[in-house]
Amino acid sequence: MSGAMRTVRVILPYHLRTLAQVGAEVEVEIGEPVTVRRVLDSLEGRYPMLRGTIRDHVTQERRPFLRFFACEQDLSHDTTDAPLPDAVATGEEPLLIIGAIAGG
Amino acid sequence: MSTVRVLVGTRKGAFILTSDGKRKDWQVSGPLFTGWEIYHLKGSPADPNRLYASQSSGWFGQQIQRSEDGGANWAPVGNRFTYEGVPGTHQWYDGTAHPWEFKRVWHLEPSLGDPDLVYAGVEDAALFKSSDGGATWEELAGLRGHDTGPQWQPGAGGMCLHTIILDPSNAERMYIAISAAGAFRTDNGGKSWKPINKGLVSNFIPNPTAEVGHCVHHVAMHRERPGVLFMQKHWDVMRSDDAGESWQEVSGNLPTDFGFVIDVHAHEPETLYVVPIKSDSEHFPPEGKLRVYRSRTGGNEWEALTKGLPQKDCYVNVLRDAMAVDSLDACGVYFGTTGGQVYASADAGDNWTPIVRDLPAVLSVEVQTLT
Repeated sequence: MSGAMRTVRVILPYHLRTLAQVGAEVEVEIGEPVTVRRVLDSLEGRYPMLRGTIRDHVTQERRPFLRFFACEQDLSHDTTDAPLPDAVATGEEPLLIIGAIAGG
Repeated sequence: MSTVRVLVGTRKGAFILTSDGKRKDWQVSGPLFTGWEIYHLKGSPADPNRLYASQSSGWFGQQIQRSEDGGANWAPVGNRFTYEGVPGTHQWYDGTAHPWEFKRVWHLEPSLGDPDLVYAGVEDAALFKSSDGGATWEELAGLRGHDTGPQWQPGAGGMCLHTIILDPSNAERMYIAISAAGAFRTDNGGKSWKPINKGLVSNFIPNPTAEVGHCVHHVAMHRERPGVLFMQKHWDVMRSDDAGESWQEVSGNLPTDFGFVIDVHAHEPETLYVVPIKSDSEHFPPEGKLRVYRSRTGGNEWEALTKGLPQKDCYVNVLRDAMAVDSLDACGVYFGTTGGQVYASADAGDNWTPIVRDLPAVLSVEVQTLT
Protein backbone atom coordinates (compact mmCIF):
# COMPACT_ATOMS: atom_id res chain seq x y z
CA MET A 1 0.00 0.00 0.00
CA SER A 2 1.52 3.31 -1.09
CA GLY A 3 1.79 6.24 1.26
CA ALA A 4 1.81 9.94 0.44
CA MET A 5 2.67 10.93 -3.10
CA ARG A 6 6.13 12.32 -3.65
CA THR A 7 7.67 14.27 -6.52
CA VAL A 8 11.02 12.78 -7.37
CA ARG A 9 13.55 14.49 -9.63
CA VAL A 10 15.44 12.27 -12.08
CA ILE A 11 18.41 13.32 -14.17
CA LEU A 12 18.76 11.32 -17.39
CA PRO A 13 21.86 10.77 -19.52
CA TYR A 14 22.03 12.70 -22.78
CA HIS A 15 21.03 9.87 -25.10
CA LEU A 16 17.89 9.09 -23.11
CA ARG A 17 16.91 12.76 -23.06
CA THR A 18 17.03 12.88 -26.84
CA LEU A 19 15.16 9.58 -27.10
CA ALA A 20 12.36 10.73 -24.77
CA GLN A 21 12.55 14.32 -26.06
CA VAL A 22 12.88 15.80 -22.58
CA GLY A 23 15.29 18.09 -20.79
CA ALA A 24 18.06 16.98 -18.46
CA GLU A 25 15.73 16.62 -15.49
CA VAL A 26 12.28 15.07 -15.33
CA GLU A 27 9.91 14.68 -12.41
CA VAL A 28 7.81 11.66 -11.51
CA GLU A 29 5.03 11.36 -8.95
CA ILE A 30 5.22 8.20 -6.88
CA GLY A 31 3.87 6.90 -3.61
CA GLU A 32 6.06 6.07 -0.65
CA PRO A 33 8.31 4.29 -0.14
CA VAL A 34 10.43 5.95 -2.81
CA THR A 35 12.59 3.27 -4.39
CA VAL A 36 14.54 2.90 -7.62
CA ARG A 37 12.02 0.34 -8.83
CA ARG A 38 9.09 2.71 -8.29
CA VAL A 39 10.93 5.59 -9.92
CA LEU A 40 11.69 3.48 -12.98
CA ASP A 41 8.15 2.09 -13.15
CA SER A 42 6.79 5.62 -13.16
CA LEU A 43 9.41 6.91 -15.57
CA GLU A 44 8.72 4.10 -18.06
CA GLY A 45 4.98 4.60 -17.73
CA ARG A 46 5.32 8.25 -18.64
CA TYR A 47 7.98 7.69 -21.32
CA PRO A 48 7.39 4.21 -22.80
CA MET A 49 10.34 4.54 -25.17
CA LEU A 50 12.61 4.26 -22.10
CA ARG A 51 11.51 0.68 -21.48
CA GLY A 52 14.48 -1.59 -22.01
CA THR A 53 16.99 1.27 -21.98
CA ILE A 54 17.74 1.43 -18.24
CA ARG A 55 16.80 -2.10 -17.19
CA ASP A 56 16.21 -5.30 -19.10
CA HIS A 57 12.67 -5.87 -20.39
CA VAL A 58 12.42 -9.33 -18.89
CA THR A 59 14.81 -9.62 -15.94
CA GLN A 60 14.41 -5.98 -14.86
CA GLU A 61 18.14 -5.99 -14.13
CA ARG A 62 20.00 -2.69 -14.51
CA ARG A 63 21.81 -2.52 -17.84
CA PRO A 64 25.51 -3.10 -17.18
CA PHE A 65 26.80 0.28 -18.39
CA LEU A 66 24.38 2.34 -16.29
CA ARG A 67 24.69 3.49 -12.68
CA PHE A 68 22.34 5.05 -10.13
CA PHE A 69 23.80 7.87 -8.02
CA ALA A 70 22.18 10.14 -5.41
CA CYS A 71 23.42 12.30 -2.56
CA GLU A 72 27.02 11.56 -3.55
CA GLN A 73 26.44 7.83 -3.10
CA ASP A 74 26.57 4.99 -5.65
CA LEU A 75 23.28 3.12 -5.22
CA SER A 76 23.75 0.88 -8.26
CA HIS A 77 24.32 -2.27 -6.27
CA ASP A 78 21.58 -1.77 -3.73
CA THR A 79 18.35 -3.65 -4.21
CA THR A 80 15.93 -1.62 -6.29
CA ASP A 81 13.37 -2.02 -3.49
CA ALA A 82 15.57 -0.21 -0.94
CA PRO A 83 14.20 3.19 0.10
CA LEU A 84 16.10 6.04 -1.54
CA PRO A 85 17.64 8.74 0.70
CA ASP A 86 15.15 11.16 2.24
CA ALA A 87 16.63 14.02 0.24
CA VAL A 88 15.60 12.22 -2.97
CA ALA A 89 12.14 11.38 -1.63
CA THR A 90 11.55 15.03 -0.73
CA GLY A 91 12.81 16.32 -4.06
CA GLU A 92 15.71 18.13 -2.47
CA GLU A 93 18.21 16.01 -4.39
CA PRO A 94 17.77 14.21 -7.72
CA LEU A 95 18.32 10.57 -8.61
CA LEU A 96 21.02 10.52 -11.26
CA ILE A 97 21.00 7.85 -13.97
CA ILE A 98 24.50 7.86 -15.36
CA GLY A 99 26.02 6.21 -18.43
CA ALA A 100 29.37 4.68 -17.59
CA ILE A 101 32.42 6.43 -18.98
CA ALA A 102 33.44 3.80 -21.46
CA GLY A 103 34.60 5.53 -24.58
CA GLY A 104 32.66 5.94 -27.78
CA MET B 1 11.47 13.66 -62.54
CA SER B 2 12.63 10.88 -60.25
CA THR B 3 14.13 11.44 -56.84
CA VAL B 4 16.77 9.24 -55.27
CA ARG B 5 16.96 8.94 -51.50
CA VAL B 6 20.02 7.33 -49.94
CA LEU B 7 19.61 6.12 -46.35
CA VAL B 8 22.93 5.96 -44.52
CA GLY B 9 23.44 4.31 -41.14
CA THR B 10 26.63 5.20 -39.25
CA ARG B 11 28.33 4.62 -35.92
CA LYS B 12 27.01 7.95 -34.62
CA GLY B 13 23.67 8.56 -36.28
CA ALA B 14 21.76 8.38 -39.55
CA PHE B 15 21.87 10.60 -42.60
CA ILE B 16 19.54 10.95 -45.58
CA LEU B 17 20.94 12.10 -48.90
CA THR B 18 18.59 13.20 -51.68
CA SER B 19 19.00 14.14 -55.31
CA ASP B 20 16.97 14.33 -58.46
CA GLY B 21 17.38 11.69 -61.11
CA LYS B 22 20.50 13.31 -62.51
CA ARG B 23 22.23 12.30 -59.28
CA LYS B 24 24.71 15.17 -59.43
CA ASP B 25 23.63 17.51 -56.65
CA TRP B 26 22.99 15.96 -53.26
CA GLN B 27 21.40 17.37 -50.15
CA VAL B 28 22.52 15.88 -46.86
CA SER B 29 20.15 15.87 -43.90
CA GLY B 30 21.10 14.68 -40.47
CA PRO B 31 22.50 13.51 -38.24
CA LEU B 32 19.40 11.77 -36.96
CA PHE B 33 19.53 9.87 -33.64
CA THR B 34 22.81 11.57 -32.85
CA GLY B 35 25.36 9.55 -31.00
CA TRP B 36 23.53 6.23 -31.44
CA GLU B 37 24.69 3.42 -33.69
CA ILE B 38 22.38 3.08 -36.66
CA TYR B 39 23.05 -0.35 -38.07
CA HIS B 40 20.38 -0.12 -40.76
CA LEU B 41 17.55 1.94 -42.22
CA LYS B 42 15.21 0.74 -44.93
CA GLY B 43 12.03 1.92 -46.63
CA SER B 44 8.93 -0.09 -47.34
CA PRO B 45 8.63 -1.02 -51.03
CA ALA B 46 4.85 -0.78 -50.59
CA ASP B 47 4.95 2.72 -49.05
CA PRO B 48 8.31 4.41 -49.67
CA ASN B 49 7.64 7.12 -47.09
CA ARG B 50 7.40 4.45 -44.40
CA LEU B 51 10.96 4.01 -43.15
CA TYR B 52 12.32 1.82 -40.39
CA ALA B 53 15.59 2.37 -38.54
CA SER B 54 17.55 0.23 -36.10
CA GLN B 55 18.99 2.47 -33.38
CA SER B 56 21.21 0.85 -30.77
CA SER B 57 23.76 1.56 -28.09
CA GLY B 58 25.96 -0.54 -25.88
CA TRP B 59 24.72 1.56 -22.98
CA PHE B 60 21.00 1.86 -23.66
CA GLY B 61 20.13 -1.12 -25.83
CA GLN B 62 17.87 -1.30 -28.85
CA GLN B 63 15.28 1.04 -30.31
CA ILE B 64 13.31 0.75 -33.53
CA GLN B 65 12.34 4.07 -35.07
CA ARG B 66 9.67 4.56 -37.72
CA SER B 67 8.95 7.45 -40.06
CA GLU B 68 5.79 8.04 -42.07
CA ASP B 69 7.11 10.94 -44.13
CA GLY B 70 10.31 9.79 -45.74
CA GLY B 71 12.52 10.52 -42.78
CA ALA B 72 11.51 14.07 -41.79
CA ASN B 73 9.90 12.90 -38.54
CA TRP B 74 10.47 9.73 -36.53
CA ALA B 75 8.93 8.00 -33.54
CA PRO B 76 10.22 5.09 -31.48
CA VAL B 77 8.09 1.96 -31.77
CA GLY B 78 8.55 -1.43 -30.12
CA ASN B 79 11.94 -2.48 -28.80
CA ARG B 80 11.10 -5.69 -26.98
CA PHE B 81 13.01 -8.52 -28.67
CA THR B 82 12.57 -11.61 -26.53
CA TYR B 83 13.65 -15.06 -27.66
CA GLU B 84 10.88 -17.60 -27.64
CA GLY B 85 11.11 -20.20 -24.91
CA VAL B 86 14.35 -21.08 -23.16
CA PRO B 87 17.03 -19.55 -25.38
CA GLY B 88 19.56 -22.40 -25.14
CA THR B 89 23.18 -22.08 -26.17
CA HIS B 90 25.39 -21.62 -29.21
CA GLN B 91 29.16 -21.98 -29.53
CA TRP B 92 31.30 -19.21 -28.08
CA TYR B 93 34.60 -18.18 -29.70
CA ASP B 94 36.47 -20.77 -27.65
CA GLY B 95 34.07 -23.56 -28.55
CA THR B 96 32.23 -23.62 -25.23
CA ALA B 97 28.46 -23.37 -24.95
CA HIS B 98 27.22 -19.80 -24.55
CA PRO B 99 23.65 -18.66 -23.89
CA TRP B 100 21.80 -16.76 -26.58
CA GLU B 101 21.68 -13.05 -25.61
CA PHE B 102 19.95 -10.34 -27.59
CA LYS B 103 22.34 -7.51 -28.47
CA ARG B 104 21.05 -5.50 -31.42
CA VAL B 105 19.17 -5.47 -34.71
CA TRP B 106 21.53 -5.61 -37.65
CA HIS B 107 19.07 -5.56 -40.53
CA LEU B 108 15.44 -4.57 -41.11
CA GLU B 109 13.64 -5.96 -44.13
CA PRO B 110 10.18 -4.52 -44.81
CA SER B 111 7.71 -6.73 -46.65
CA LEU B 112 7.38 -6.24 -50.39
CA GLY B 113 3.63 -5.68 -50.14
CA ASP B 114 2.60 -4.71 -46.61
CA PRO B 115 4.09 -1.58 -44.99
CA ASP B 116 3.24 -2.89 -41.50
CA LEU B 117 5.06 -6.19 -41.97
CA VAL B 118 8.79 -6.05 -41.32
CA TYR B 119 11.48 -8.58 -40.43
CA ALA B 120 14.47 -7.97 -38.16
CA GLY B 121 17.73 -9.89 -38.21
CA VAL B 122 19.39 -9.72 -34.82
CA GLU B 123 22.53 -10.57 -32.83
CA ASP B 124 22.68 -13.18 -31.27
CA ALA B 125 21.37 -14.67 -34.47
CA ALA B 126 17.61 -14.89 -34.74
CA LEU B 127 14.84 -13.64 -36.97
CA PHE B 128 11.97 -11.54 -35.64
CA LYS B 129 8.79 -10.40 -37.35
CA SER B 130 6.44 -7.50 -36.70
CA SER B 131 2.99 -7.32 -38.27
CA ASP B 132 2.07 -3.98 -36.72
CA GLY B 133 4.66 -1.59 -38.05
CA GLY B 134 7.31 -2.45 -35.48
CA ALA B 135 5.16 -1.99 -32.37
CA THR B 136 5.50 -5.64 -31.30
CA TRP B 137 7.94 -8.36 -32.34
CA GLU B 138 7.74 -12.13 -32.32
CA GLU B 139 10.58 -14.51 -33.00
CA LEU B 140 10.36 -16.92 -35.92
CA ALA B 141 11.90 -19.47 -33.64
CA GLY B 142 12.11 -22.31 -36.13
CA LEU B 143 15.37 -20.83 -37.38
CA ARG B 144 17.21 -20.64 -34.07
CA GLY B 145 15.64 -23.92 -33.12
CA HIS B 146 17.23 -25.70 -36.06
CA ASP B 147 19.13 -28.83 -35.01
CA THR B 148 22.41 -27.12 -35.84
CA GLY B 149 21.75 -24.07 -33.62
CA PRO B 150 24.05 -25.19 -30.79
CA GLN B 151 26.91 -25.37 -33.35
CA TRP B 152 26.57 -21.79 -34.60
CA GLN B 153 29.37 -19.47 -33.59
CA PRO B 154 30.06 -15.74 -33.74
CA GLY B 155 32.26 -14.10 -36.33
CA ALA B 156 34.52 -11.23 -35.29
CA GLY B 157 31.58 -8.81 -35.41
CA GLY B 158 29.32 -11.00 -33.28
CA MET B 159 26.85 -13.75 -34.12
CA CYS B 160 24.64 -11.67 -36.34
CA LEU B 161 21.80 -12.38 -38.71
CA HIS B 162 22.65 -9.70 -41.26
CA THR B 163 20.95 -10.65 -44.52
CA ILE B 164 17.24 -11.15 -45.18
CA ILE B 165 16.05 -11.68 -48.76
CA LEU B 166 12.34 -11.99 -49.58
CA ASP B 167 11.42 -13.91 -52.73
CA PRO B 168 9.08 -11.72 -54.81
CA SER B 169 7.73 -14.77 -56.66
CA ASN B 170 6.95 -16.83 -53.57
CA ALA B 171 5.67 -15.24 -50.37
CA GLU B 172 6.57 -18.37 -48.38
CA ARG B 173 10.24 -18.34 -49.35
CA MET B 174 12.98 -16.26 -47.81
CA TYR B 175 16.71 -16.48 -47.39
CA ILE B 176 18.80 -15.36 -44.45
CA ALA B 177 22.50 -15.44 -43.63
CA ILE B 178 24.35 -15.57 -40.33
CA SER B 179 27.98 -14.98 -39.40
CA ALA B 180 29.24 -17.57 -38.71
CA ALA B 181 26.63 -20.21 -39.36
CA GLY B 182 25.89 -19.79 -43.05
CA ALA B 183 22.86 -19.32 -45.28
CA PHE B 184 19.41 -20.75 -44.64
CA ARG B 185 16.16 -20.89 -46.60
CA THR B 186 12.55 -21.28 -45.58
CA ASP B 187 9.81 -22.40 -47.96
CA ASN B 188 6.98 -22.11 -45.44
CA GLY B 189 7.07 -18.51 -44.31
CA GLY B 190 9.67 -19.02 -41.61
CA LYS B 191 8.27 -22.04 -39.76
CA SER B 192 11.18 -24.28 -40.67
CA TRP B 193 14.58 -23.65 -42.22
CA LYS B 194 17.15 -25.54 -44.23
CA PRO B 195 20.89 -24.79 -44.25
CA ILE B 196 21.90 -24.03 -47.84
CA ASN B 197 25.68 -24.19 -47.69
CA LYS B 198 26.60 -27.06 -50.02
CA GLY B 199 29.61 -26.05 -52.06
CA LEU B 200 30.96 -23.56 -49.52
CA VAL B 201 34.50 -24.27 -48.31
CA SER B 202 35.72 -22.58 -45.12
CA ASN B 203 39.15 -23.50 -43.86
CA PHE B 204 38.63 -21.96 -40.41
CA ILE B 205 36.25 -24.73 -39.33
CA PRO B 206 37.27 -28.30 -38.52
CA ASN B 207 35.33 -29.69 -41.48
CA PRO B 208 35.68 -27.07 -44.24
CA THR B 209 32.57 -28.34 -46.03
CA ALA B 210 30.37 -28.73 -42.96
CA GLU B 211 26.63 -28.14 -43.17
CA VAL B 212 26.96 -25.00 -40.96
CA GLY B 213 29.74 -22.83 -39.56
CA HIS B 214 30.47 -20.75 -42.66
CA CYS B 215 31.03 -17.03 -42.27
CA VAL B 216 28.76 -15.68 -44.97
CA HIS B 217 29.26 -11.92 -45.21
CA HIS B 218 26.40 -10.97 -47.53
CA VAL B 219 24.03 -12.41 -50.13
CA ALA B 220 22.32 -10.59 -53.01
CA MET B 221 19.58 -11.50 -55.47
CA HIS B 222 18.04 -9.83 -58.52
CA ARG B 223 14.29 -9.61 -58.01
CA GLU B 224 13.58 -10.98 -61.50
CA ARG B 225 15.80 -14.03 -60.91
CA PRO B 226 14.75 -15.18 -57.44
CA GLY B 227 16.46 -18.56 -57.66
CA VAL B 228 19.86 -17.05 -58.43
CA LEU B 229 21.90 -15.94 -55.44
CA PHE B 230 25.29 -14.27 -55.17
CA MET B 231 27.37 -14.48 -52.01
CA GLN B 232 30.40 -12.73 -50.63
CA LYS B 233 31.78 -15.15 -48.08
CA HIS B 234 34.58 -14.49 -45.56
CA TRP B 235 36.77 -15.67 -48.41
CA ASP B 236 35.30 -16.56 -51.85
CA VAL B 237 32.61 -15.06 -54.04
CA MET B 238 29.96 -17.68 -54.79
CA ARG B 239 26.81 -18.12 -56.86
CA SER B 240 23.88 -20.47 -56.74
CA ASP B 241 21.45 -21.11 -59.60
CA ASP B 242 19.17 -23.41 -57.63
CA ALA B 243 17.93 -21.30 -54.72
CA GLY B 244 20.95 -22.16 -52.60
CA GLU B 245 20.85 -25.96 -53.02
CA SER B 246 24.42 -25.78 -54.33
CA TRP B 247 27.07 -23.09 -54.71
CA GLN B 248 29.93 -22.58 -57.15
CA GLU B 249 32.87 -20.27 -56.67
CA VAL B 250 32.98 -17.33 -59.12
CA SER B 251 35.90 -15.37 -57.65
CA GLY B 252 37.74 -15.70 -60.98
CA ASN B 253 40.33 -12.97 -61.51
CA LEU B 254 39.57 -10.87 -58.42
CA PRO B 255 42.77 -9.60 -56.75
CA THR B 256 41.45 -11.01 -53.46
CA ASP B 257 38.17 -12.78 -52.87
CA PHE B 258 37.81 -11.55 -49.29
CA GLY B 259 35.26 -8.78 -48.82
CA PHE B 260 31.95 -7.86 -47.31
CA VAL B 261 29.54 -6.34 -49.83
CA ILE B 262 28.01 -7.79 -52.97
CA ASP B 263 25.17 -6.43 -55.06
CA VAL B 264 23.44 -6.91 -58.41
CA HIS B 265 22.73 -4.32 -61.13
CA ALA B 266 19.07 -3.24 -61.14
CA HIS B 267 18.44 -4.17 -64.78
CA GLU B 268 21.16 -6.70 -65.62
CA PRO B 269 20.81 -9.82 -63.47
CA GLU B 270 24.28 -11.07 -64.44
CA THR B 271 26.08 -7.82 -63.56
CA LEU B 272 27.58 -7.95 -60.07
CA TYR B 273 29.58 -5.63 -57.86
CA VAL B 274 32.02 -6.42 -55.06
CA VAL B 275 34.71 -4.45 -53.20
CA PRO B 276 37.71 -6.72 -52.63
CA ILE B 277 39.38 -6.32 -49.25
CA LYS B 278 42.94 -7.50 -48.69
CA SER B 279 42.33 -10.18 -46.08
CA ASP B 280 40.62 -11.13 -42.86
CA SER B 281 43.66 -9.83 -41.02
CA GLU B 282 43.93 -6.56 -42.95
CA HIS B 283 40.51 -5.07 -43.51
CA PHE B 284 41.44 -2.53 -46.17
CA PRO B 285 41.70 -2.44 -49.95
CA PRO B 286 44.74 -4.14 -51.52
CA GLU B 287 47.61 -1.74 -52.32
CA GLY B 288 45.71 1.16 -50.76
CA LYS B 289 43.54 1.40 -53.91
CA LEU B 290 39.78 1.52 -53.46
CA ARG B 291 38.38 -0.47 -56.35
CA VAL B 292 34.92 -1.75 -57.06
CA TYR B 293 34.99 -4.85 -59.23
CA ARG B 294 32.20 -5.48 -61.71
CA SER B 295 31.38 -8.70 -63.48
CA ARG B 296 29.02 -8.63 -66.46
CA THR B 297 29.09 -12.40 -66.72
CA GLY B 298 27.61 -13.41 -63.39
CA GLY B 299 31.05 -13.85 -61.89
CA ASN B 300 34.48 -15.25 -62.79
CA GLU B 301 35.41 -12.37 -65.13
CA TRP B 302 35.83 -9.14 -63.21
CA GLU B 303 36.95 -5.62 -64.18
CA ALA B 304 38.29 -2.98 -61.80
CA LEU B 305 36.28 0.25 -61.60
CA THR B 306 38.55 3.04 -60.41
CA LYS B 307 37.49 6.37 -61.96
CA GLY B 308 36.82 8.81 -59.15
CA LEU B 309 37.89 6.41 -56.39
CA PRO B 310 41.12 6.99 -54.41
CA GLN B 311 43.94 4.98 -55.95
CA LYS B 312 46.58 5.54 -53.33
CA ASP B 313 46.80 5.65 -49.53
CA CYS B 314 43.23 4.44 -49.04
CA TYR B 315 42.73 2.13 -46.06
CA VAL B 316 38.99 2.16 -45.42
CA ASN B 317 36.67 -0.83 -45.29
CA VAL B 318 33.24 -1.28 -46.87
CA LEU B 319 30.96 -3.19 -44.52
CA ARG B 320 28.44 -5.84 -45.51
CA ASP B 321 25.26 -3.78 -45.71
CA ALA B 322 26.94 -0.68 -47.13
CA MET B 323 26.24 -1.10 -50.87
CA ALA B 324 23.00 -0.58 -52.77
CA VAL B 325 21.71 0.23 -56.25
CA ASP B 326 18.96 2.51 -57.53
CA SER B 327 16.55 1.47 -60.29
CA LEU B 328 17.09 4.33 -62.70
CA ASP B 329 18.50 3.91 -66.16
CA ALA B 330 21.49 3.94 -66.05
CA CYS B 331 21.65 2.04 -62.81
CA GLY B 332 23.15 3.99 -59.92
CA VAL B 333 25.50 2.18 -57.54
CA TYR B 334 26.31 3.45 -54.03
CA PHE B 335 28.59 2.37 -51.23
CA GLY B 336 29.76 3.76 -47.90
CA THR B 337 33.09 3.36 -46.15
CA THR B 338 34.36 3.16 -42.61
CA GLY B 339 36.09 6.47 -43.38
CA GLY B 340 32.71 8.18 -43.70
CA GLN B 341 32.54 8.60 -47.47
CA VAL B 342 29.53 7.60 -49.54
CA TYR B 343 30.52 7.10 -53.17
CA ALA B 344 27.99 7.03 -55.99
CA SER B 345 28.10 6.13 -59.63
CA ALA B 346 25.26 7.25 -61.90
CA ASP B 347 26.52 5.10 -64.77
CA ALA B 348 26.59 1.57 -63.42
CA GLY B 349 30.06 1.92 -61.95
CA ASP B 350 32.06 3.53 -64.76
CA ASN B 351 32.55 6.80 -62.87
CA TRP B 352 32.38 7.51 -59.15
CA THR B 353 32.10 10.57 -56.99
CA PRO B 354 31.82 11.04 -53.22
CA ILE B 355 28.35 12.43 -52.52
CA VAL B 356 29.31 13.02 -48.88
CA ARG B 357 32.73 12.43 -47.48
CA ASP B 358 33.17 13.07 -43.77
CA LEU B 359 30.45 11.14 -41.96
CA PRO B 360 31.08 8.79 -39.03
CA ALA B 361 31.98 5.26 -40.10
CA VAL B 362 29.27 4.00 -42.44
CA LEU B 363 27.49 0.80 -41.40
CA SER B 364 24.77 0.60 -44.04
CA VAL B 365 23.54 2.16 -47.26
CA GLU B 366 20.09 1.70 -48.78
CA VAL B 367 18.65 3.47 -51.79
CA GLN B 368 15.08 4.40 -52.68
CA THR B 369 14.13 5.41 -56.21
CA LEU B 370 11.05 7.62 -55.98
CA THR B 371 8.95 8.54 -58.99
